[in-house]
Amino acid sequence: MGKYVEMVRIRFLMMLAYRTNYYTGILIYAINIAAYYFLWSAIYGGKSSMQGMSLGQMTTYVAISWLARAFYFNNLDREIAMEIRDGKVAVELIRPYSYLGMKAVQGLGEGLFRLFFLSLPGLLVVSLFLPLQFPGHAKTWLSFGLSLLFSFIIFSELNLLAGVVTFFTFRNEGLLRAKRFIIDLFSGLILPLSFYPDWAQRAMMYFPFQAISYIPSMIITESFKGAAVRDGLLLQATWCIVLLFPIGWLWRAAKKRLVVQGG
Amino acid sequence: MNAIEVERLRKEFKVHASRSGLVGAFRDLWTRRYTIVRAVDDISFAVKQGEIVGYIGENGAGKSTTIKMLTGILTPTSGRIVVNGMNPHKEREKFVRTIGVVFGQRSQLWWDIAVQESFRLLKKVYRVSDEQYRRHMGEVIEMLEIGPLLDKPVRKLSLGQRMRCELAAALIHNPPLLFLDEPTIGLDVLVKLNIRQFLKQLNERYGTTILLTTHDMSDIEALCERVIMLDEGKIIYDGSLERLKERWGQGKRVAFTFAEAVTAAFLRQLTEGLNVVWKKGEQPNVWVAHVPPGGVPEVVSRVAARCALNDIHIHEVPTEEIIRNIYEEGAVHG
Repeated sequence: MGKYVEMVRIRFLMMLAYRTNYYTGILIYAINIAAYYFLWSAIYGGKSSMQGMSLGQMTTYVAISWLARAFYFNNLDREIAMEIRDGKVAVELIRPYSYLGMKAVQGLGEGLFRLFFLSLPGLLVVSLFLPLQFPGHAKTWLSFGLSLLFSFIIFSELNLLAGVVTFFTFRNEGLLRAKRFIIDLFSGLILPLSFYPDWAQRAMMYFPFQAISYIPSMIITESFKGAAVRDGLLLQATWCIVLLFPIGWLWRAAKKRLVVQGG
Repeated sequence: MNAIEVERLRKEFKVHASRSGLVGAFRDLWTRRYTIVRAVDDISFAVKQGEIVGYIGENGAGKSTTIKMLTGILTPTSGRIVVNGMNPHKEREKFVRTIGVVFGQRSQLWWDIAVQESFRLLKKVYRVSDEQYRRHMGEVIEMLEIGPLLDKPVRKLSLGQRMRCELAAALIHNPPLLFLDEPTIGLDVLVKLNIRQFLKQLNERYGTTILLTTHDMSDIEALCERVIMLDEGKIIYDGSLERLKERWGQGKRVAFTFAEAVTAAFLRQLTEGLNVVWKKGEQPNVWVAHVPPGGVPEVVSRVAARCALNDIHIHEVPTEEIIRNIYEEGAVHG
């Protein structure tokens, strides 16, 4: 356990090593949310509600989606791909820990750092200018926290899966980029899923993407209530477990196929 | 007990062979041709505890591939490996606690953070107690003279400084077996000496078994009593360095600097019957005689009697040349 905590600490140190990145990070976050706010106010154009959401709820939805994204988002897939491409994976494999487990912990360290030192300050700045509505119930916040943790796990699992594919293909930047856009689009980050046509919504029920962003955001804006919250959390938990299987299976096959490049 | 036991170890890679030209590139989109390359070809050897073994060979001979199989990174195609009593890739996480590895061409320290932060993480990873760390690493840090570097980020260290820190990082858990893959590549003479001296001390004090690959024969001469030589995935020599030198490096090299130009034919005639081979030196008017054992006085006196000389150098056959000769002439069985 100690080594994983230590790795989170190291990740914090690495994030702090470059201060400029840190400050521009807050700025980018604030600009992003402001841009979406103006876009949505134009779309609403005086209408009081669309698909059951008011402009205030929508703004909050967007702000929260990006806050959540700062936490669950990581580049584990690219990191794995890079380590395989330049052969650094060899160094990781001579350490007495699980490679994928340590990668996931590094993602967690990065996520926690961004959540507390990037998004929260960013959100504070944004809330000075935009009318955000946050729920008062402790239970909603608790469910949201749990849901966010699931989001992180699912997102990281998908990234590990994509990363391990590099063991077989060596170069898969295209695949990784496509995966990133698919997640941004189908997870409900850019547009709440209730705005998609019915057939698309039904199709998405079979993919893990909505469990990443749509569910936590619907919980915090209290668009999900009672049983819907419970079902959402259950769906997320299921995906967390289901995704473990292909990872374990691919990883075992990948280790046999590993070729360390460059000497 | 043997630290390393390897039996009929083999590793094959599937290499994608590209077709040539534009048409070939399009055909590659649909079907690809593969060729099987055998990087390590049925090798067997054993290393006793406390030995320092030099593992040498040209680029692409299969050295690094062997090391990567011995450290559990790569899965062998076939054959049996037992290192520290374990099968490296089967029990990887437990196994790697008993070895230390340094890859000369890759860093295992974290680039953006101070060296001591990396050490601290590794200390946690290998579950080393504070007491153990202070005692053992105190010594290592002192011997490698890296105390003042500990609070600097790795990216600000010179190559020599970094390499010493890498070595210390590999020894945090005081492993009984150390793999060094080209540890002195690109280092200056002083740092090389420091590292060699350190490895010797380590071997004497803790009985650490060391397997090292290098292209620098002076490393081998300074450290190893035994060498294993590899060529195209096969072991072509396994035995003591002394014996290698005796068999292949007998005799002396005598370099004459003549006052005026001479011809090869003239020199050959001069030393007829002495079994001397003459080769032209790199500078003008320099000729090098390859003289068999005991022949040096006669050769020198004959040449000096007939020619005006500016200088004479006598030296032993360097190990590098022995190795080169072996590669040029093919396999030896020692």
